[in-house]
Amino acid sequence: MASERQLSYAEALREAFVIALSRDPRVFLIGEGVPDPKGIFATTSGLAEQFGAQRVRDMPLSENGMTGICIGAALAGMRPVLMHQRLDFALLSLDQIINHAAKWRYMFAGRAHVPLVIRLIIGRGWGQGPQHAQALVALFAQIPGLKVVTPATPYDARALMLAAIADADPTIYIEHRWLHNIRDTVPEAVAIEPLQGGRVARQGQDITVVTYSYMLLEVHAAAAALAVAGVAVEVIDLRVIRPLDVALIVASVTKCGHLLVVDTGHGDFGVAAEVIAAVTIAAFTALQSAPARLGLPPHPCPTAPALSRDYYPDAAAVVTAIAQQLVLPQAVQQQALSLLQRGDHPHDTPYRGFNGPF
Amino acid sequence: MLLQQYRSLYRIRRVEEVIAAHYREQQMRCPVHLSIGQEAVAVGVCTQLHREDALFSGHRAHAHYLAKGGDLQALFAELYGKATGCCSGRGGSMHLIDLAVGFWGATPIVAGTVPLAVGVALAWQLQGRSGVSAVFIGDGAMEEGVVHESLNYAAQQQLAVLFICENNGYAVYTRLAGRQPPRQIHALAAAHGLTVAVADGNDVELVSQHSAAAVAAMRQGGGPQFLELTTHRWLEHCGPDDDDHLGYRQPGELAAWRERCPLALAAERLQVRDAVSEATLVQLRQQVEDEIAAALEAAQNAPEPDGCERLEHLYGE
Repeated sequence: MASERQLSYAEALREAFVIALSRDPRVFLIGEGVPDPKGIFATTSGLAEQFGAQRVRDMPLSENGMTGICIGAALAGMRPVLMHQRLDFALLSLDQIINHAAKWRYMFAGRAHVPLVIRLIIGRGWGQGPQHAQALVALFAQIPGLKVVTPATPYDARALMLAAIADADPTIYIEHRWLHNIRDTVPEAVAIEPLQGGRVARQGQDITVVTYSYMLLEVHAAAAALAVAGVAVEVIDLRVIRPLDVALIVASVTKCGHLLVVDTGHGDFGVAAEVIAAVTIAAFTALQSAPARLGLPPHPCPTAPALSRDYYPDAAAVVTAIAQQLVLPQAVQQQALSLLQRGDHPHDTPYRGFNGPF
Repeated sequence: MLLQQYRSLYRIRRVEEVIAAHYREQQMRCPVHLSIGQEAVAVGVCTQLHREDALFSGHRAHAHYLAKGGDLQALFAELYGKATGCCSGRGGSMHLIDLAVGFWGATPIVAGTVPLAVGVALAWQLQGRSGVSAVFIGDGAMEEGVVHESLNYAAQQQLAVLFICENNGYAVYTRLAGRQPPRQIHALAAAHGLTVAVADGNDVELVSQHSAAAVAAMRQGGGPQFLELTTHRWLEHCGPDDDDHLGYRQPGELAAWRERCPLALAAERLQVRDAVSEATLVQLRQQVEDEIAAALEAAQNAPEPDGCERLEHLYGE
């Protein structure tokens, strides 16, 4: 409907900050570059002017210390949203995240808790390389006491940020740089939703494809092409990695009988491994074929274009994986592949005309 | 004032000795890091803090917890793994909390709670609340990056944080000189822009005076303060025993520190300078002994937590 409001993912996220800062005096934003001229890929632009430097804060390059400082502020009744322009930078703060934020409620038996949001961005393209492009979602999802969300749509960018801020526990909110410019419907009306649950992003009955974050886009493209070729793919967007919505996945697999997990991170030891284990344990007899997974290869992302060209799976790889799993006729697979419009933009950019920043 | 401080010193000493005595029964099934010899730091600082002021600490925290007013029975019960423990049995000796008296948490990752103390001060600044947030660290913590990140931010934001470095000269068995170059610890904090002071940590009155000055400055918006207080741990790093036979201390070092016992210093001053009678001290000590005995018995007789409780409190409702 033309009347429905369209926002980019970045705009929707910025709107979440405006809503939270307007409604809740406990909320403050903090991170390297939050009030700077670029405003974390425009997601925080203008907020310092609107809400003041006390609530929209820059910070020193002290990732671990600032994480602990945000934990302390949360213990004292604030609702900090700490952000890093790359997930990789937050690895400096694993002590405070894992030993402190994730443990505080449990080790003190509920006497105190840490309502903290840590916002991380997965980088990709233009040679981000080994230390600016890690998609270590499972690393955080393995930690009891943390919640982990991976919004893949503008609607969820706003909804899950508001849910994370409203939540009483530490939440790792993970974006992907290649999602910031996608546009979709985001109604002006706001409802704070609980921080839980995946969603069926596309209905089908031939195979369940579970994915999250950026790879939802590639899976959607693959599913649309396969639909023309007569294969009905059911797509599940996990949205929330921890707690994992196993029931939703099991219900879909029970219907479809086949499961492919398309991971935005590494293929091994990751989210896909957990999803496949959970489904296999809960619904072994529903599976008509061995579950499969598709993810990043088991090595860091190299920088040179010639080395990174084949690093990231795309929609074609998803089509191929589904074709293998369902033993589709060659003609069906070829028809679906021929429908995929990769475009002529370089492989290390999200679309034609995108010139960064990455 | 000194009589009250002596009472607190004596109480902490005896609590630690009672823990050491009963630890051998193997019913306190958690690591313990006793504070014997270091009591004056805890007492001198906490004398100057209000109940509403926040205090954090680390692995060797019994003295800090007690000096801030932490519940004694809940401390014993926590060591015994009982349901009435201050963490309901989740933590043991290395995890202590008593929010009712402003003891916000002690945890055993070295320097881990330092930024949390800064964060409480930041929150209070944003909320327009007065109050001091304090954190005890050891000399070893000065080697942790997060301490410098915290000092930097506290100074840059002029937050009301009191950093107390309890310099006992050792990290486990390793002397300060084996870990840091020959320069003063408090100079590091001064370089970060904090107001610093250094004092004899075994003299409770000196500690108290320096703490009073630091806290008064902070209550008037004077920004973060750093106290380096020199002292010595008499027993082993972890556990109830004397470990001087291991030979990691300098010859005669422990004996010299024992000569400068913080309790003896305070008691002598009370009797010689303040003319407090021996009978008064005897009565005071007996009151403390009675309190400790009752708290210990209550903790020993308290129920264990239900095993199913381990599933609770991972997340809120």
